[in-house]
Amino acid sequence: MPKVKIPRKSISLDMTAMCDMAFLLLTFFMLTTKFKPQEAVAVDIPSSISETKLPDKDMMVISVEKSGAVFFGIDGQNTRIALLDNIARKYNIAFTDKDKAEFSLMSSFGESVAGLKSLLHLNLNDRNLVKQTGVPADSAHNELKDWIYYARISNPNLRIAIKGDRVSDYKVVKNIIATLQEQNINKFNLITSLEQKPKN
Amino acid sequence: MAEVSSGGGKKEKGRSKKVSTKIDMTPMVDLAFLLITFFMLTTTFSKPQTMEVNMPDKTDKQEKQPLKESKALTIILGEDDKVYWYTGLTNPKVEVTNYSADGIRKVLLNKNRQIKDLVVLIKAKDVSKYKNIVDILDEMHIANIKRYAIVDFTPTDEELIKNS
Repeated sequence: MPKVKIPRKSISLDMTAMCDMAFLLLTFFMLTTKFKPQEAVAVDIPSSISETKLPDKDMMVISVEKSGAVFFGIDGQNTRIALLDNIARKYNIAFTDKDKAEFSLMSSFGESVAGLKSLLHLNLNDRNLVKQTGVPADSAHNELKDWIYYARISNPNLRIAIKGDRVSDYKVVKNIIATLQEQNINKFNLITSLEQKPKN
Repeated sequence: MAEVSSGGGKKEKGRSKKVSTKIDMTPMVDLAFLLITFFMLTTTFSKPQTMEVNMPDKTDKQEKQPLKESKALTIILGEDDKVYWYTGLTNPKVEVTNYSADGIRKVLLNKNRQIKDLVVLIKAKDVSKYKNIVDILDEMHIANIKRYAIVDFTPTDEELIKNS
């Protein structure tokens, strides 16, 4: 068998092109990315065929957890501070500037007004571990009503969305809708994920 | 000018050596791809969808008009993903179905074809799940039903579905 001489090739290749592309993509992702805000609650949303997108800003999101606990979230740090001021006045609870700063960074919470202060005193890691009981929203003791009312004063352009968990009871959602309707809010959004439209 | 030298400093020979301008870019590419992966995974492209719900204005007395019995279709969302439905209002025959394509969707499509200006009344029991109400609203869109309303579940309805 004749010996075949394989020429030894250099294994180093020109990576400039690859590098260019990698950085191009990197730049793109860095500019388009928007970090997911930390949610106080994990909600498994139901799917629908609706294709309307959720607006980016001026949103008030009322989340319903599996167990039925209601969480309240609003965007805009200034709105949050204004809202907390109003709530503090209504419930006669004084919040320090530090509390307000903490509150302005919270995307959502599920605690009664009385329990809110101790929640704000916790540091970030502990807060994620605490099981929040939910904003009281039933007809007997309805704090959600005040949150909604003052939120709309703080930001009049507010749009309202309900983000419910698949398996949460309709009863809780019914209470929320009733609370909204009490304040003459008849138009709101239900947050869903997209599913394929059936062919027929 | 930035100078890139690949060899060790052998300057003592006195003559200028031609240095290669090629640098090993492997670590840079590694890093770039690592960052790409990170940003790709953290980015949120898909914004959630929403479904707009309009509830009737409770304070508005103007809009109230009696519902014709022949045009009414009532859907009751029960426990364990059950759907009860009946047409008409007095002494109706209640039937049970589910959320599948052959279930309530077929009923809605048929009824919408048969009855002009169909009005669907959606009654959700307290024990039904949030998913159910979203599903049924979705079915309204699929069946292209324009007039529907979410109304309260009453004890009378409880009696009706007990017998079915």
